[in-house]
Amino acid sequence: MDNLDRDIINRLQGGFPICDRPYQHIAEQLETTEDELIARLRAMIDDGRLSRFGPLYNVEKMGGSFVLCAMCVPSDVFDEVAERVNALPQVAHNYQRSHRLNMWFVLATESAEEISAVVDTIQGETGLVVYQFPKLDEYYIGLQLAV
Amino acid sequence: MSDQQLQDNGLTELDRRIVLATQQGLPLTSKPYHAISDQLGLDVDLVQQRLRHLLACGVIRRIGAVPNHYKLGYRANGMSVWDVDDEQVDELGARVGRLDFVSHAYLRPRHLPDWPYNLFAMVHGRNHEEVTRKVDLIAEILGDAKRHYDVLLSTRILKKTGLRLLPEARSAEPDTAVA
Repeated sequence: MDNLDRDIINRLQGGFPICDRPYQHIAEQLETTEDELIARLRAMIDDGRLSRFGPLYNVEKMGGSFVLCAMCVPSDVFDEVAERVNALPQVAHNYQRSHRLNMWFVLATESAEEISAVVDTIQGETGLVVYQFPKLDEYYIGLQLAV
Repeated sequence: MSDQQLQDNGLTELDRRIVLATQQGLPLTSKPYHAISDQLGLDVDLVQQRLRHLLACGVIRRIGAVPNHYKLGYRANGMSVWDVDDEQVDELGARVGRLDFVSHAYLRPRHLPDWPYNLFAMVHGRNHEEVTRKVDLIAEILGDAKRHYDVLLSTRILKKTGLRLLPEARSAEPDTAVA
């Protein structure tokens, strides 16, 4: 991780132009070459420092739904429940957390109806209650992670 | 069907094809928008115009890099949850959301009596101690407007993929979508 990698990450959290040679445009700002910028991005995606690079879509604006859910999962069945939950393609991410509600996952679907269908499936398969925490308001999104 | 006709999900068929072609990421080639338009058999000007439109109307939040916090040394995250006075939560939530170590801040429903918290703020740090110190800063900002709070530290990442639209709309067939 050198200064150019850091500059690339910090610069590209802020946005990327829509033009014929966008990498060339950013490369000039960072005082490097287009080829070098593309190679650095590829390397950082390949080794996982970047989760992705491209358009970030807002599910709600596409008519879809994004709902945070939580369950209280007994420890002896935790891994089995995690496997069942993770197997559903609508589960975008899932974390184990330090609380009585110990499994927290996000459902991302293309319609609000599909959220209830997936919740029903999870409750049916696991016999556990799924608490839903739909977003009522969004105060700010977009960590500008300084690296 | 016309390309401009809206689908059930609010996207035109054309937009949907562009979303499908870019949701894994932008091509890492000198002319990425040309690569997408070639793949879709569309004019590059049209692809760029639709992307600009999707950005302007908020379907695309931004085009850019998503750092993997964990790989970059931010190995701990805490979901801080706060029971904040309803009258003050909007103003205070906005202040908390602007802190540079908070990636998301949301108002969410309480589930009384089990869950009294209405403000969620995701805090990132290099370790749990750093997360805890940052949560203390939020506590100061919220002052007397908060009643209870808690921090749910991440103990394990079980899955992390992000949104994937499937090639066919599934909403009409929920049974197959979850099978």
